[in-house]
Amino acid sequence: MTGTMGAPSRRGILGLATGGGVLMLGLRPAAATPAGMEAAVRAFAEGAPIRPGRVTIDIPVLVENGNAVPTTVTVESPMTAADHVRTIALFNERNPLPDIVHFHLGPRSGRAKVATRIRLGDSQTITAVARMSDGSFWSATADLIVTLPACIEG
Amino acid sequence: MARALVNVPSTARKGEVIEIRALVQHPMETGFRPKGDGTMVPRDIIARFECVYDGETVFAADLHPAISANPFLSFTTVATASGEVLLRWTDDKGRVQEERATITVTG
Repeated sequence: MTGTMGAPSRRGILGLATGGGVLMLGLRPAAATPAGMEAAVRAFAEGAPIRPGRVTIDIPVLVENGNAVPTTVTVESPMTAADHVRTIALFNERNPLPDIVHFHLGPRSGRAKVATRIRLGDSQTITAVARMSDGSFWSATADLIVTLPACIEG
Repeated sequence: MARALVNVPSTARKGEVIEIRALVQHPMETGFRPKGDGTMVPRDIIARFECVYDGETVFAADLHPAISANPFLSFTTVATASGEVLLRWTDDKGRVQEERATITVTG
């Protein structure tokens, strides 16, 4: 890292600068990670297998304002007393926390279709997981690009 | 708490699936926003929403800080009987807001 005379070399200073950058990144507020989202999804499913399908996420692919992203989740289900959607959960990868919302439905919902507006701190993948009355779990993901992220102020 | 906008159809046929939309005024403070002095603005969000209709909670939601300010929710329910549709929001400070709408079910 230092030259023969003990003076710091150009490469050494560049290395320090990179290290400093990493340190600054580390000082930002804790953010959820793809691994953090995986953990949250697994905790929601309580270890049961999650199959892709039956769930549809309707969300813009290119988001202009991450403070309010209109999101609709639909699940294919007859919504009868014997076969209905119990819970729909939404998860994100890069906000400070992986959970977004949990919707609790039942046979009196009639249709498994819910909508809300969410905050997104960065371009990322959104996951929706539905828990059915028979204990099975189904999921869908959506990739999107956020041009103006939420939580940018301050 | 604040102003709320609720959209419940005033009439429906029995067995029809109706859509209910609800918007309430609330800052939904995430707890991750820094104040000028370096500390964070304390978290204050609506954590729970419920819809009670015909003697049962037909829809509920657990909200997290990733829900936008002035949270909007849209969901469906089956029109079973004439009566009151109660929408209830509860926030972190324990404040409760209730809105009521009346629906007339025919047939």
